[in-house]
Amino acid sequence: MVLYSLTFYLFSSVAVLSALMVISAKNPVHSVLFLILSFVNASGLFVLLGAEFLAMILVVVYVGAVAVLFLFVVMMLDINFVKLREGFLQYLPFGALLGIVLVIELGILFLTDRSSNIYNNQTPLQPIVNEVENTKMIGQILYTEYFYLFQICGIILLVAMIGSITLTLRDKGGVKRQNIDSQNTVDASTAIEKKKVKIGEGI
Amino acid sequence: MIALEHYLFLGAIIFTLGVLGIFLNKKNLIIILMSIELILLSVNINFIAFSAYINDISGQIFAMLTLTVAAAEAAIGLAILVVFFRNLGSIEVNKINQLKG
Repeated sequence: MVLYSLTFYLFSSVAVLSALMVISAKNPVHSVLFLILSFVNASGLFVLLGAEFLAMILVVVYVGAVAVLFLFVVMMLDINFVKLREGFLQYLPFGALLGIVLVIELGILFLTDRSSNIYNNQTPLQPIVNEVENTKMIGQILYTEYFYLFQICGIILLVAMIGSITLTLRDKGGVKRQNIDSQNTVDASTAIEKKKVKIGEGI
Repeated sequence: MIALEHYLFLGAIIFTLGVLGIFLNKKNLIIILMSIELILLSVNINFIAFSAYINDISGQIFAMLTLTVAAAEAAIGLAILVVFFRNLGSIEVNKINQLKG
């Protein structure tokens, strides 16, 4: 089980370091790339925990869609990032103090409260490997017990899609568009115009 | 063997880094959105760690819901960002009240 621990520490340390780089990198493109690294390492941790399906979904959804969307926006907009970093060093000491206090408090909470925890029963404190594979188990419970949740997820994604399209859609003047209605109401009397062309002249 | 507390501590560290990112990069809206993604990732780590150690698959379902909400939030946030940049030519958060609805 030494290998398991080593893998955990490798993945988690890289995830934490790249999360640190996300918030401290000067160039936002580097931030997005470190965000991708952080998510890939988190998905490695999910594989360690026995949640293979979620790990693959994390890679596909985050690295494949969300992070690329971020990269796209960062590169598309012409933003002066130097101006935006004003005040970073000014808030750094206070922010670091706040962060250290928060981590220590959360750590004390996790490391001391062992008496009233909900997982302190007969089951061993380690990931349990089932004979049914992870994806099958998720499918069996997602489409039966959590079916309404699944549908709500779909509605949330639909609303997000429509919302982002309507937000970014803009109507430029002077663009020629198809008018389906006028195209459909055309008949032979209006579509064709007869003209008599004289010989030797144009229209 | 790695105990559950290790995963919880990892989630706590990533959560704190996300909060710190919002706090330190007060002006850069893109970094703030990425920090929110980090916070949601730490929530996911906690969900899946508990799911694995309690041996209950429901945690993974909720992690999937969190993933959906995070994706939707990123899409709408970036759309608002693009509209904001188009109107003002900058993405400073302290100017965002000029959007006015």
